[in-house]
Amino acid sequence: MKKPKLRKSTVNNLITYAIVALFYIVVTVMIQTGNASRHMQSLLVPICVNIVLAVSLNLVIGFLGELSLGHAAFMSVGAYTGGLLSIFLKKALPDLPVMVRFPLSILAGGILAAIFGALVCVVVLRLKGDYLAIVTLAFGEILRSIVINLEFTGGASGLKGVPQNASFTYGIILVFITLFVIQNLAKSKHGRAIQALRDNTIAATSVGINATRYKLLVFTLAAFFAGMAGVLYSHNYSILTAGTFDYNYSIEILVMVVLGGIGSVRGSVIAAALIAILPEMLRSLQDYRMLIYAIVLIVMMLFTSNEQLKLMVAKYSPVNAVKNALAAKKVKKEEN
Amino acid sequence: MAAVKPSERIMVPLPSHSIVPIEDMHKAPVLQTHQLGIDFGGLTAVNNLNLAIGPTEICGLIGPNGAGKTTVFNLLTNVYQPTRGTILLDGYDTKGKSCDQVSKMGIARTFQNIRLFGKMTVMDNVKIGMHNQLHTSFMSSVTHSFGYKKAEKQAYDKAKELLDFFGMADLRHHEAGSLPYGAQRRLEIIRALATNPKILLLDEPAAGMNPSETAELMENIRRIRDEFQIAVMLIEHDMNLVMGICEGICVLNYGEIIAKGTPDEIKANPKVIEAYLGKKAD
Repeated sequence: MKKPKLRKSTVNNLITYAIVALFYIVVTVMIQTGNASRHMQSLLVPICVNIVLAVSLNLVIGFLGELSLGHAAFMSVGAYTGGLLSIFLKKALPDLPVMVRFPLSILAGGILAAIFGALVCVVVLRLKGDYLAIVTLAFGEILRSIVINLEFTGGASGLKGVPQNASFTYGIILVFITLFVIQNLAKSKHGRAIQALRDNTIAATSVGINATRYKLLVFTLAAFFAGMAGVLYSHNYSILTAGTFDYNYSIEILVMVVLGGIGSVRGSVIAAALIAILPEMLRSLQDYRMLIYAIVLIVMMLFTSNEQLKLMVAKYSPVNAVKNALAAKKVKKEEN
Repeated sequence: MAAVKPSERIMVPLPSHSIVPIEDMHKAPVLQTHQLGIDFGGLTAVNNLNLAIGPTEICGLIGPNGAGKTTVFNLLTNVYQPTRGTILLDGYDTKGKSCDQVSKMGIARTFQNIRLFGKMTVMDNVKIGMHNQLHTSFMSSVTHSFGYKKAEKQAYDKAKELLDFFGMADLRHHEAGSLPYGAQRRLEIIRALATNPKILLLDEPAAGMNPSETAELMENIRRIRDEFQIAVMLIEHDMNLVMGICEGICVLNYGEIIAKGTPDEIKANPKVIEAYLGKKAD
């Protein structure tokens, strides 16, 4: 019997999972055999945080087609909620194992961020494009100012004492959950509806798609994952300051999404990891670090947006060479 | 019809100026408008529009450019909220409903300039049309559960059947934007039909088509009516098409109906001739 052929989109999703799984295995082996430097190990959790942020922002930018510049704000909601809950639980229930406490904090951070996401969406419901982007940007700045001026968040000096529970394994699990939910959703009825709204809102509503409902769903879901990434982030450092979550960080997440290709989940994953590693890789260049970083970004953007350059790369890429050789072989076989 | 309670259903006797054909006379019209009108600022785009369309009627809406034909479609699908008057769809008032709710109530449309989801496949375009008949919860679509797979399979089969009806099943994996013009127009009609409508509004379906494509379209419109037992209302400038398939025709000029009747009556109507060709010199 002929094996049922997997759909192209299914294969694409599996490749994304495989990349993440391979990354996890290689790094774990390197750590076990003592080949990973301390410095490299310190980058692992930020990589996971970046991937979750980029993939969730891609849901808003790539699938819904709206520009959101307040993603770091949702992250900060999660970071503070999770951090404060962990501190509280550690005091109130010292016997509670980390295995239970940390996931609980992640979930709580995600849920509160999701509520904020829904609130922001209600405000921007009637806005589109640039206007929506500006409002989300303003929201992020408002939230940052509030957090700095609150007592229980540690104010400007930052929140101290969040248990450092974040590990690479937790990070990878979170990445997998994010990928699973977003990739599956994209292929379902709801995913199709979201993409239909992006491509042509009038046509989409004319076939009975509720624009408000799906906009709300996307913003809530994206904020939920950003919140969870925030919790992971806050449990990785000994001190949590509101200044981290300014619009620069939001822009950085946007850079990851654009660099990876808007709408491409796998691209977001790779770009997010790259952006996390790049500044550290360039550390040896010292003073020129930020300059080189910017130049690298410009070159990469030109490279990924230029059709002719893409074709040239495709021509010389070894993957395509193998593919073409196989196809040629098949044709020859059929001829015989 | 989950959106509307049965008690809200309003039955209005047919207005005397209806163009409902005789075989539909004993049934209530599927779409009725009463004194419908809209103003944009100081400009009255549509005024005093009274229409009644039978459940299986093919009705034409014609008129010179800028007469307000597309505005009428936008009013019927609630893209614009009317300033005056009422719209009854199968007896239910559509006042205050959003576009997607009106679609659920049973009105589907195509657009003057094609509005397909160009980057998606033909199959996905049709599946999007079936959005409200596909019952997959958020959770089951995230986990790709058994229920999701079953619903997707059903949608796939039904979409294939629909595409087959128009001879487009072989194109199902193609990108919608890459199809030839005629096929894109057909796909837009299929997508509209996938919503399971009671009335289909076609906005210039033959625009840019050659005579053989137009003939095929006429055949398809008839087949849609016979097979799906729905009403079709179309805006068209191609008089061969309009006179060939429409049972009732409505002529619009400056936002007001100037004539209603059968194709033969319209052809002979001096007011219609005047609107299209101008007044005879004395």
